[in-house]
Amino acid sequence: MPADSAALIIQGSYFLTAVLFIIGLKRMSSPVSARSGILWAGAGMLVATLVTFLYPGLSNYTLILPAMLVGAALAWWSGKRVAMTDMPQMIALYNGMGGGAAAAIAAVELYGGDAQGYAGSALAVAGGLIGAVSFAGSAIAFGKLQGLIKRSLRFRGQQILNLLLLLAALGCGTVLAAHLDASPALVSALFVLALVLGLTMTLPIGGADMPVVISLYNALTGLAVGFEGFVLNNAAMIIAGTVVGSAGTLLTQLMARAMNRSLGNVLFSGFGDTGAAATGTVSGSLKPIDAADVGVMMAFAQKVIIVPGYGMAVAQAQHKIWELCQLLIERGVTVRFAIHPVAGRMPGHMNVLLAEAGVPYDLIADLEEINAEFETADVALIIGANDVVNPVARTDKSSPIYGMPILNADKAKNVIVIKRGQGAGFSGIENALFYLDNTRMLYGDAQKVAAELIQAVKAVG
Amino acid sequence: MTGMVALYIFMLAAFTGYEVISRVPVILHTPLMSGSNFVHGIVLVGAMVALGAARTPLEKVIGVIGVLLAAGNAVGGYVVTERMLEMFKASGARRKPPGTH
Repeated sequence: MPADSAALIIQGSYFLTAVLFIIGLKRMSSPVSARSGILWAGAGMLVATLVTFLYPGLSNYTLILPAMLVGAALAWWSGKRVAMTDMPQMIALYNGMGGGAAAAIAAVELYGGDAQGYAGSALAVAGGLIGAVSFAGSAIAFGKLQGLIKRSLRFRGQQILNLLLLLAALGCGTVLAAHLDASPALVSALFVLALVLGLTMTLPIGGADMPVVISLYNALTGLAVGFEGFVLNNAAMIIAGTVVGSAGTLLTQLMARAMNRSLGNVLFSGFGDTGAAATGTVSGSLKPIDAADVGVMMAFAQKVIIVPGYGMAVAQAQHKIWELCQLLIERGVTVRFAIHPVAGRMPGHMNVLLAEAGVPYDLIADLEEINAEFETADVALIIGANDVVNPVARTDKSSPIYGMPILNADKAKNVIVIKRGQGAGFSGIENALFYLDNTRMLYGDAQKVAAELIQAVKAVG
Repeated sequence: MTGMVALYIFMLAAFTGYEVISRVPVILHTPLMSGSNFVHGIVLVGAMVALGAARTPLEKVIGVIGVLLAAGNAVGGYVVTERMLEMFKASGARRKPPGTH
């Protein structure tokens, strides 16, 4: 095929891809059309990938094809296999791979000295730097959520070290972009510094903040892809990368706002395991209760509000919980689900799980809708949620979660907490709710406990 | 593509991304993050082009890593997003949870 017509086909296809991506994302932002959204975007990706094989002067097919097939097969296999509860870390992982790919493109361009002009090399450097940070940071986020990295590494002068790393990386980048020196050693230094920065930036961030961090790295990867798109003169990459960059930034802000924290706070204050100091302020005792008693209590209640959290996700209890709710509804009990914006490990995490179990939308309420209703509820059933119902956030100015909007579960007449053990929540902060006079603890795996509750409600007859 | 045109594309794409997301309900935050994660998998075409033009062994090694990672981003992002959105069925098509009557 002549180079001219190939170029025309490629440009036209990339244009089509950009349109399909934007339609796909638009459709994904409404529950009704969301499912078709990914198909539109997927079609766009397929078109772009296939047509790229026609790229004029493209060689190394024997390397491209196997690399593509191996990467795709591994991702397909892991993506199909992973449990719904582990989705957040998989997003982190795949996002990190995208960042790494953007950094790899930058590395090829910079080592080969292919970037055109000052603007080209500056964008290659910027995309490579951001991509490498996103790659290393996402890998840490994956490790933390997967439980591979249990501790949050913190030491004195950490912020200063991060700042120095950033400045050093920017220094290398400036020298490269200004064409003062293009030695491979300097390029290598840039990437090593960026990778280390990604590690040291993410290691101190506590697990509770991970959703925001993953979303931020998602936006950064988008930006890096957009920058490399400029370097390669590839409109599809520029548009897709930039759209994700700006959409991801907005999404990150929405998430941070839902937790009443600023992005700077998330990145630089390091909270997550620091709660040990706050334990002294809690008084009272933990009062256990039997599933049978809870079953009776709920069977004769007027209104029950369910507050699901990460514990429900871990135990895969959503089906059993919905079964329990259906029994209660048959008995004439009003049942509602209260979803905190950051319940679980990601905004919307609980909604996805409840949707999987078949819970209708109209039973699910978010924080603003439901908070006034707790006062009229007979039972608030907390399933593996912790920080999002901790009244300390309203009262204790010294607490790291002070000011975070919480579900007012403590206002219900009876609070039942289903919990696996006596440990503190993901943030490490002791939960004052558990010690209140109207709170009873129901220990056990959420799925098993839900099954016991079903039996108990059935036994009431 | 001149620098100025590229800048216009950048600006318009940035506004598009902002507009597309700005009125999204909380329940779709996670699927949408996953979906946008898939969309930046377009880095695959860039990685293909970069590897396709690689000459030295070092460039080829980095290029192969790039294509491998990018393919993982695209395919993994798609699979995970599709599985998540699979649950957003219209209420009529809902399958009954096990054990109900």
